[in-house]
Parts: sequence; structure tokens; C-alpha cells
Amino acid sequence: MIFRDIGTVFWRDWIVLKRRLAKFIFSRMVAPLLYLTAFGWGLGRNVQLASGSYLDFIVPGIMALNSMNIGFHSIIPVHAERVYHKSLEEYLLSPISSEAFLIGKILGAVLKSLISSVIIILCAEIFGANIFLSIKLFLVLILNSIIFAEIGFYAAMKLSSYEEMAQVNTYILLPMSFMCGTFFATATLPTAVKFFVECLPLTHASQILRNLTSGGDILLDSLLILLAYATAGFFLSLNALKNCQDD
Amino acid sequence: MIEILNVVKKFKSVGKNNQSTFKIAVDNITLKIQRNEIFGLLGINGAGKTTLIKMLTGQIEPTAGKIFYDGKSFEENKSSIKKILGVVPQHINFDQDLNVEENLELHARLYGMKKIDRQQRINELLDYMELSDCRNYNVRKLSGGMKRRLLIARALIHRPQILFLDEPTVALDPQVRRKIWNLIEELPKSGVTIILTTHYIEEAENLCQRTAIISNGKLIAVNSPQNFCENLGKFTVDFYDTSGKSYKFFHDKISAEKYAANLGENAKIRQTNLEDVFVELTGRGL
Repeated sequence: MIFRDIGTVFWRDWIVLKRRLAKFIFSRMVAPLLYLTAFGWGLGRNVQLASGSYLDFIVPGIMALNSMNIGFHSIIPVHAERVYHKSLEEYLLSPISSEAFLIGKILGAVLKSLISSVIIILCAEIFGANIFLSIKLFLVLILNSIIFAEIGFYAAMKLSSYEEMAQVNTYILLPMSFMCGTFFATATLPTAVKFFVECLPLTHASQILRNLTSGGDILLDSLLILLAYATAGFFLSLNALKNCQDD
Repeated sequence: MIEILNVVKKFKSVGKNNQSTFKIAVDNITLKIQRNEIFGLLGINGAGKTTLIKMLTGQIEPTAGKIFYDGKSFEENKSSIKKILGVVPQHINFDQDLNVEENLELHARLYGMKKIDRQQRINELLDYMELSDCRNYNVRKLSGGMKRRLLIARALIHRPQILFLDEPTVALDPQVRRKIWNLIEELPKSGVTIILTTHYIEEAENLCQRTAIISNGKLIAVNSPQNFCENLGKFTVDFYDTSGKSYKFFHDKISAEKYAANLGENAKIRQTNLEDVFVELTGRGL
């Protein structure tokens, strides 16, 4: 029963995505192409790393960054559904469970994130990056997009205006984009900053992906941290959904 | 039958000096609604009608009190009871990214309808609501009246036994309003119980077999519109005195006519209506 309900929520997101698929794919190509051009070709030519080229270094970081952004931004329409269009009521009135709604929405975000990740991998190959692909890599990308979809969902249930949603991007996502090991190794940061950055999920997603794309294995500590974020995010989001009309 | 027992809803609020306080939206309401009746909740905006509907449909939890559907606790059987409820909200709340048919299909899927049944029911309701020609339109392109009819169609897709209509004709022109009234009047014939909130006197008088008058979250009285008027006095004499426009109620026409004759030309006799009842019972107009 719960699978049918999850399928219904996902069906809605799928038919909307299907209608805009070409537009979605082209728009998702812009950021990775810019990153790869600026940091891979441009800056990357002047940066030498012991582990290989700078392009190989930043591709997993860009993949983690991208799954964060797509996971989060795919959920933002739920905020408009709750605050502006009020169409969230349709789900709250129906017999489907809150769990089914949340999982369905997260799956929609994960799908978009995966499509986007495939685009980055293709672009990276064209740019000449050497990346080792594996199932584990995609599983980590899924886990990372789940975490940020949950953060987006929680914000969508708690915040009352579009401006406040934009502030989440400014104060949470943007600093993470630059601090969490996308463009440089966090080991070079001062100890206090490093400790703070090591607590953030994007750092661990980048570290695992970097290890996997260079032929290494999953970093267990980082994986456990990501799983802890995903679990906490799920229950916080669920609670926020159940109480969203009481606020 | 729906039983509402001592239901209370408090919302967090900010009082004077930014102190955290509570606003009581629904204040200890107890009420029984019979099967197949059209029951009205009458009150001004902010009286607590929509909050009561939201508790009855499971969108928000009561702070205190119990709700029973056919003797079953709503709290303990929410998922199964929700399947027999339909809701037409006060505001237009369609999914803006879906077209007319997709909005209906989403609803049918949410209520677990099988593919053949939902397609048949969507066609049937689009025909009934005269919306078949715009099934592929984006919902944003529909007129106000069409959107209202689509809201009713959507709420009826899964054949609910109880239909909640929250201000179903608000902001509609008289012709569309009349059309929607005709639709609502037809529904109890197919076994649907209707709970209707309105602040339009005419709507409550024309449609409802019984009406509850709600003011400041409290239930003031429950009766049929006719009984309300008869209890107050079927005839009203309107007149002007030193304090301005005034009125007096009479149970028989002869007494009303005698009283009006004594007052002279500025007195007029008319039938007492639900608005008079509302003003008398709550001390405020609609």
C-alpha cells in the first residue's frame, strides 16, 4: 500500500519532469560546463597535484556539489505548494501517509539529481577527466541528494516566505559549496575551521566520491556520517510535515 | 453520523509585549450531524468554521476533544475514514503544474482508485460539470466558475460519503452560484452527507436542512433555518426611531400589521430571515 502511495507522489513529479525534460537537461549542463571550463581547463592547467590532474580532483567535488544543489532545489516547489498554491492540502487530506509523501518527493529529487550527475560525468569525459565509475559512486550520489532533499523539505515545511527559502541557499548551501572540499582539500584549512567543515555532509560526500573516482573504496566513517544525516533529516522532515498546518 | 465532542483548537499566538500566548479558534464545540443531511456552519470570517472543517478532515489535530464517524474514533482510524471524506476548500488549491485531467487523476490515485475506474469517473465528472472541453487546459487558464466546478469534481472523484464544502460559492457571480447550488442539492440523493460553511445567508437558507451558528469559535445554536426564524418570530417590522433603524419580531402577521400601522409610513413588514436570527443570537451582522 505504501509503495502505491509513494508511486503516486513520484508519478506527479515524473509527469512534470517529463514535460520539461529537455529544458531540465540543458539547464543542468550550464553549471558543470562553467565549472569544468573555469577550474578544469582555466585554473586547472596551473595547478599540479601529486594525485593527478586538478580536473580529476574537482570532478568528484562538482558531482557532490551538484547532487546537493539539485537535491535541495528539486524540493523547493513543495514550499510554493504549501505556502502559495496550497496544493499540499490535497495530500494532507488524502489517506496516504506522511511517510509516503516524503519518500515520493525525495525520490523525485533523487531522479533529477541522478540525471544531472550523468550529464556531469559525460561532460567530464569530454573534458578529458579520468574518473573511475562504479555502482558505489552512484549510491553515494543518491545518499547525498537524499540528505539535501530532506534539508530542502524541512525548510519548505518550516519557512513562511520565498525570501527565507533563498536565505537557506545563501547561508547554508553557498558556504558549503566553497568550504566542503569541492575545489580544494579540507586538510589545508586551519584546525578550527577544518573541524567545523568536517561536521558538514558535503565534505564527506566529496571525500568518498574523490576516493571512489580514483579507484579507491568507500570511506566508512564518512559513509556513517552521511547515513546519520539522512536518518535525522528524514525524521525531522516527517515531523515538520505532520505539523505544517499547525504553525 | 458525525459526532463532535467538546472539540477545542488553540493556535500559538503573539500577544501584547511580544508574549507568547494562545488564540482559541474553536471553543468546546459539541455537535451531531446526521447521515444524508445538508448541514450548514454559519458564521462571519474568522468565526472558526474553517478550523473546525480542518479538524474534521484531519488536516490539523484538535487541542482537545474527540471526533467520531459512525461511532469510529477519527484519531484512531484516520486513514480509513479519510477515504470516505471529500473536501472542497475555500481557496483554489490545484496543482499549478498539472492540467485539468491530471489534477483529477492525481486525486483519484491518492485515493487508490484503479485505472479503469478512475478514467471512467474522470470522464463522467468532467461531463457532469461541463468541463470536458477543457480537460487538457492548464488549471490557471480556467475561469473562477470553472475552477469552482473543478474543485467539486475533484472532491467527488473517489465517491465520498461525506462532502465538506468550505465557502463553495465565495466570490462567484449569481448565475454560477445558482448552478453550484443546484449541484449541491443533487448530491444527498446519491447518499452524500454535506457539511457546508458559509457566510452567505441565502446559501444557508436555500441549501441547509440544519444550520449551526458559530461566533468567536463557540457554537451558539443549531436548528433548521425555518425553525430558527419561527422561534424568533416569522414576521419582522422594520422601522426608524430615535436610535436609527430598528426592528421587532412577531409570531403572527396580524400582530405585526397592527404594530406597523401604529408606527405609520416608516414601518415595513417582511419575513424574518436567517440574518435576523444571526444578529439576534450573536449580536453582530454577517
